[in-house]
Amino acid sequence: MKIDSIQNGIVLDHITAGKALQVYRDLKLDKLDCSVAILQNVKSNKMGKKDILKIDKDEYNLNLDVLGYIDPGITVSIIKDGETVEKKKLELPEKLVNIKKCKNPRCITSTEQEIPHIFKLTDKENRVYRCVYCEADK
Amino acid sequence: MKHLIDSTDLSVEEIDSILNLAQHIIDNKEDYSEVCKGKKLATLFFEPSTRTRLSFEAAMMELGGNVLGFSSADSSSATKGESVGDTIRVVGCYADIIAMRHPKEGAPMFGAMVSSVPIINAGDGGHNHPTQTLTDLLTIKREKGRLDNFTIGLCGDLKFGRTVHSLIKALSRYKNIKYILISPKELRVPDYIITEVFEKNNIEYREVSTMEEVMEELDIIYMTRVQKERFFNEADYVRLKDTYILDETKLKYAKKDLSILHPLPRVNEISTKVDDDPRACYFRQALNGKYVRMALIITLLENAGRE
Ligand SMILES: [Zn+2]
Repeated sequence: MKIDSIQNGIVLDHITAGKALQVYRDLKLDKLDCSVAILQNVKSNKMGKKDILKIDKDEYNLNLDVLGYIDPGITVSIIKDGETVEKKKLELPEKLVNIKKCKNPRCITSTEQEIPHIFKLTDKENRVYRCVYCEADK
Repeated sequence: MKHLIDSTDLSVEEIDSILNLAQHIIDNKEDYSEVCKGKKLATLFFEPSTRTRLSFEAAMMELGGNVLGFSSADSSSATKGESVGDTIRVVGCYADIIAMRHPKEGAPMFGAMVSSVPIINAGDGGHNHPTQTLTDLLTIKREKGRLDNFTIGLCGDLKFGRTVHSLIKALSRYKNIKYILISPKELRVPDYIITEVFEKNNIEYREVSTMEEVMEELDIIYMTRVQKERFFNEADYVRLKDTYILDETKLKYAKKDLSILHPLPRVNEISTKVDDDPRACYFRQALNGKYVRMALIITLLENAGRE
């Protein structure tokens, strides 16, 4: 299967197989009016199988924190005039703002409406994020 | 330091400076009787805690300041559905500093994010109670003359007792302290205290189930309440409850200079017969709570004035 390479846009490569739709949803790509290609279970030497997303739009401001949180192994390539002009390696973000919600029913986030849900990375090795308000890790 | 939300946010230097100021206030009370003249402390207690609130209010009054506020959610606009954020924004227009207690964990932290004036966490659910921890530290420092080189026994409900957890975390930064954890096995300290505090910092600790077996080793014993509802069944509670009551008999094994601490309120875990023993520090501890809060109010108001 072959999808034409894009002229101007973004390629998200090395997405863990099966996660492309989650990335699509969490980056809100359905709100874009450009073409977006979702490739699933692409053969990969390194990963066995992987997913790829191609977004045919230049000057699109990607939320790299969301991406790093969902799947830090993704490589992001910015394409201009058919050439890769920039490759970005993702890292686990230090802070998540309104990306996930605190599930602790005793937490102030469960009752206060305007409150931003903020998590901080407290253990990089084990990917532990804690709510800044109640310190719960879920 | 702009607010006080969690005692672990404080550096050892910041803690020392608050404790030193508290001691200075104790030694020179008259010098401090007007330092907060014209200033207002708002005590916003979305959940009642009479002792803590009175301690804050007495602290502000002794500094020559004034107090306003409410003592339960019923008497505040919270029952009308006003958010914590809006309450804090509005009160910040009237008061120079806020002491806030709330049943939800992290409420004072959120308060601090939207507040124009300093916020002191006066307890947020079962989460933090930093002024209690500072009170405990001041008490140990005054009774022992130091915050290092001693053996402390923590007794009772070590699983749910937040004062125990924050005291352990605060003391873990001082040198050569041995911890003896005395509790029924159902109420031992949570695993994270063992791994993230003791093991991570190479701190010596032991878990035991009776006071008698360790009493003679202790320089300090920190008592907490063992609540009936923490047990799965009545039989266990009845079987164990007397084990964690400190009385004259158990004190026979203790050192002459033992310090007995308790965050209060006490139910029956320390026999009232112990109250007259010079080793009983818990009422002096309550008094220290007022001085620590005075020191804290002065420090936070000074810091706010500098901005
Ligand atoms: Zn939370």
